[in-house]
Amino acid sequence: MDQIGYVVEFLAKEVFGKPAYLVGLITLIGLIAARKTTGEVIGGALKATLGFVVLGIGAGAVVGALNPLGELIKGATGAEGVVPTNEAITAIVTANPDYATNIAYAMFFGVLLSLVIARLTPLRYVFLTGHHMLFMATVLTVVLLSAKVTDWLAILTAALGLATMMVIMPAFAHPWMKKVTGNEPVAMGHFGTLGYIAGGAAGQLFKGSKSTEEINFPNSLRFLRDPMVGTAVAMIFIYLLLSIVFLFRTSEATVAELVGSGDIGGVLGILATQFMQALVFGGGVAVILLGVRTILGEIVPAFAGVAEKIVPGAVPALDVPIVFPYAPNAVIIGFLASVVGGLLGFGILAVGLGAAFALPLILPGMIPHFFTGGGAGVFGNATGGRAGAMAGGFVNGLLITLLAAFLVPTMSAIGFPGTTFGDTDFQWFGLVVGNVARIGDIAAAIGVVVVCAILILIASWWQRRYVETGWVPGGQS
Amino acid sequence: MKILAVCGMGLGSGLLLRMQAEKALKQLGVQADVEVSDMGSARALSATADLIITSEELAQQLGNVKPRVVTITNFVNLAEMVAKLEEALKDR
Repeated sequence: MDQIGYVVEFLAKEVFGKPAYLVGLITLIGLIAARKTTGEVIGGALKATLGFVVLGIGAGAVVGALNPLGELIKGATGAEGVVPTNEAITAIVTANPDYATNIAYAMFFGVLLSLVIARLTPLRYVFLTGHHMLFMATVLTVVLLSAKVTDWLAILTAALGLATMMVIMPAFAHPWMKKVTGNEPVAMGHFGTLGYIAGGAAGQLFKGSKSTEEINFPNSLRFLRDPMVGTAVAMIFIYLLLSIVFLFRTSEATVAELVGSGDIGGVLGILATQFMQALVFGGGVAVILLGVRTILGEIVPAFAGVAEKIVPGAVPALDVPIVFPYAPNAVIIGFLASVVGGLLGFGILAVGLGAAFALPLILPGMIPHFFTGGGAGVFGNATGGRAGAMAGGFVNGLLITLLAAFLVPTMSAIGFPGTTFGDTDFQWFGLVVGNVARIGDIAAAIGVVVVCAILILIASWWQRRYVETGWVPGGQS
Repeated sequence: MKILAVCGMGLGSGLLLRMQAEKALKQLGVQADVEVSDMGSARALSATADLIITSEELAQQLGNVKPRVVTITNFVNLAEMVAKLEEALKDR
C-alpha cells in the first residue's frame, strides 16, 4: 500500500503539481486533438514545457529588478508605486507552483468552455490571443484566491469568467472593429477592449477631423514600435529620475544602503547600478516573452484547428496589432496620447486620490500603453480622425492607470511585487470578480456565475441589436 | 526550407501569419517549417531563414535582410497569402 501511496503522491506533486509539466500535458492533448504527427506532438509538448521553464527564468530577473524600483518609488514619492506590465505580473504569480497549477487548469477549462458558449449563443467568436487567455486566467485566479475561495471552486469560477470574457468582449468591440477594417471577417481578441471602445466613443466627439493617415510621420519615431526598446528606454528614465529625486530627499548613504551603489560607490555608482537594473528589467521581460511565445506557438494553432470543428463559421478574434496596419500613424499618436493620459492619472493619484483611498501610485508601463494606446488610437481615428486618435489614446491611458490603482489592493494575496495588470479588461473584470468573491466561498462562485450569465445576455442582445443589424458607430463615412 | 513569420512581439499576429502560411503551403504542396519571431530577434534569426513573412510596416523597420521578405496586407485573407507565397517560391 505504501508503494502505491508513494506513486500517487509522486504523480500529484511531481507531475500534475509542477506547472511546467501540466502545460506540456495540455499542449500534448491539444496537439493530439489536432491530429498532428507523433513527432510533432512530442516535440511540441516538450517545447511548451521548456517555454514554461524559460518563463520562470525571466521572472527571476524581473523580480530582481523590481525590488530596487519599489524602494526608489517609496523613497522618491513617499508612497507605494507600481509599473503595470502583464508579462511581469504573470511571471511573478506563476513562479508560485500553487497558483501556477490552478491557473493552468483554469485556462484549459476556460478555453474549452468558451467554445461551448460560442456554439450555444449568438456570440460566435473564437478568441485566439493565447497570452491574453493566460493573463486573464492569472488575474481571475489571483483575485479569487485573494478572497479565500477554495482551489477547485476558484479554478471553475475563473474558467467560467475567462470563457465569458473571450466571447463577450469581441462582440462589444465589433461595430467599431467593422468600421476600422471595412467589414473584414475579423474581431478584436484583446483584453484592452474597454479602452478601445472608450477610444472609439471619445473619437466620436471629433467627427470630421482629418484621418491620421494623411500625416507624414518622421521615421525617427518608429523605433518606439519595438516594444522591447520602448520598455528599456522608459525604464531607464523611470529608474534614473526616481534615483535622483530620492537622492535629493535623503542622504547618499541611505540611498546606497537601500538600492546599492555598485563597485565604485557614491552618486555615480548608485546611478550606474540603477541604469543596469532598468536594462535587466527590459531584458527580463524579453525572456518572459520568449517563454510565453514558445508555449503559445504550439498551443494556439492546435486550438484553432479544434475550434474550427466545434464552432464552424465563427469569427476569429485576434490580437490588437491586427488593426495597426489600417492606421499606422494613429498607433503612434494613440501610444503617445496614452502615455500623457497615464501621466495625468499618476498626477491625480499623487495629488490626493491615492492617499484618500489608500491606492498605490501607477507609473506608465510601456508595453500596455503601446499596445492598448495604439489600438485606442486606431479606434479613435476611425470615428474622429486625428483629434479622435489623440482623444482615444488619452482616455485609454487615463483608464488603464486609474483602474490599475484600484486593482492592486484586490490582488493582495500575492503581496506587493511592484507591478500589476496593465490592460482595461483584466482590470475591470478582475475588480468585479474580486469584489463579488469577497462575499464568501460557495456564495462567491454563485455570484460570479450570475455576473457571467448577465454579461452573456447583454452581449447576446448587443450582438443581435447592433452587430447583426450593421450599426456603424459615428455614422457611415 | 525555413520561413519566419514576424510581428512586433511574436505573440499574436505572427502566430496568425504562421497558421495562414501553413494553410497556404499545404495548398501549394510545399514542405516548409514556419517559425514565429518578434521584431527584436528577427534580424538575428533571418540569417538562417529562407523567407520572411510580415506586414508592410514591420518590413520597413526590418530593413535589409538576407532572405526575401513577403509583405501581407490582409492577415486573414488566405488568397493573398497563397498568391504571394506562390510568387516568392517561384523565383527560388
